[in-house]
Amino acid sequence: MNYALFFGCVIPTREPSYEASLRAVFKELGVDLIDLDKATCCAPIPIESLDFKTSLAIAAYNLSLAEEANINIMTICNGCFQVLSKANKTLKENETLRTDINKILAEVGREYKGTVDVVDYLQVLHNDVTPERIKENISKSLNKLRVAAFYGCHVLRPSSVLNFDNPEHPHILDDLIELTEAKSVQYMHKTKCCGGLLRGISDDLASKLARNKLFNISNSKADCIVTVCPFCFLQLDVGQLDVRRRFNETYNLPVFHYPELLGLAMGIDPEKLGLKTHRISTESVLKKIE
Amino acid sequence: MANTDIKIKETLRSSELEPNFAEEITKHPGGEKLYLCYQCGSCAGGCPVGKITNSYKPRQIIRMALLGIKNEVLSSDSIWLCASCYTCQERCPQEVEIADLMLAIRNIAAKEGHAPKAFVEQATSLIENGRIPKITGLTQRRRTSLGLPELSPAPADVVKKIAAITGFEQLMEKLKEEAKK
Ligand code: SF4
Ligand code: SF4
Repeated sequence: MNYALFFGCVIPTREPSYEASLRAVFKELGVDLIDLDKATCCAPIPIESLDFKTSLAIAAYNLSLAEEANINIMTICNGCFQVLSKANKTLKENETLRTDINKILAEVGREYKGTVDVVDYLQVLHNDVTPERIKENISKSLNKLRVAAFYGCHVLRPSSVLNFDNPEHPHILDDLIELTEAKSVQYMHKTKCCGGLLRGISDDLASKLARNKLFNISNSKADCIVTVCPFCFLQLDVGQLDVRRRFNETYNLPVFHYPELLGLAMGIDPEKLGLKTHRISTESVLKKIE
Repeated sequence: MANTDIKIKETLRSSELEPNFAEEITKHPGGEKLYLCYQCGSCAGGCPVGKITNSYKPRQIIRMALLGIKNEVLSSDSIWLCASCYTCQERCPQEVEIADLMLAIRNIAAKEGHAPKAFVEQATSLIENGRIPKITGLTQRRRTSLGLPELSPAPADVVKKIAAITGFEQLMEKLKEEAKK
């Protein structure tokens, strides 16, 4: 089992604990990850908002790198997953655009052929590695924990493009959390947006959306939040400081990237997982699972 | 962003409308199904942004686009307030691709010189570095302490070349000029 790892640009620059924990967990599970050395940013929604063709061409360039290596792309960021999946579908289906984009790619010595798929790492864990195999690797029960699963938007929607799970009532992340024997709690408006894309556009609205998520999650008496997307993580982790400033509300809810939670259940040292790089201390959770 | 509300006149004069605007949108990927909208308001009903501000009303933007109220739509800050959560797109009974349609409208707005500073800055960083966030000393120190290899620069020349061919680099220059005005 091997995949071309596409980790985007936010994770390696700003959230190295996500990358470190993912690599550690996948190594234990025996999945080979091949790095795409010449990858660039995926050209996400802010770029697509300004010029879809540029975004499409950059996404196609990155897809062509995996095509050359002849392996499917595995993303670990919702933004990358959505942009690359959408570009792949558009280019496979629309011949005129494919011809157009390939004219551009020819100038940088590449060609998009449409021979690989884009998958998210949760799909790899859930469908390829399988829950049974993951369970065999779990050495520590997290059964005292109540966890709020936080999917984010772009792993789920648009479902016609992503085919990931039910777009409004998903279960894959809940299932993966419960493999650790933690309880995945229900909370109001679970699949609603964190507001991440509004940062820099309207920080006021971005904070309000993050605050509403934190409010609903804390009402569910969750001990922590588990995210998939690096933007949701920022909105909820460092975002809690902003929420405290603007709304005078303190939540102190630790936020984990999913591989960090799984890593803890697999007995990996928290130091190695990089939990100290989080802005909201994870100590309360570590104590609870001692 | 300060002025987010779309200004709506009480009386519309047909001479002030741009009937080609809707068609222009339908030519963009994602905008094709604009004409199918029958104004049911499901999009607005489930919109998380619409719930917390009166400055963003997706159904209204679509109606204005259909009527050809071009300048007001393109120059409003409102079209940049969609958080691209795609909830509306899942729920629209007419399968209008609303979130993608907003991106199509933004593409047209950008060509006319309207775009938020934050997006233009991100695009500029992408053209210059091949990535949006920059690699800092702190990035490398944190990576090393977690046993990760130092991050090498992305091939920015590829992005720069693509941006030159598509006119994106020139578009960003134009948008930066507009922002100064
Ligand atoms: S949900 Fe669809 S049909 Fe209804 S108003 Fe919105 S775009 Fe129009
Ligand atoms: S995609 Fe935009 S318009 Fe649609 S529900 Fe989300 S924020 Fe509202």
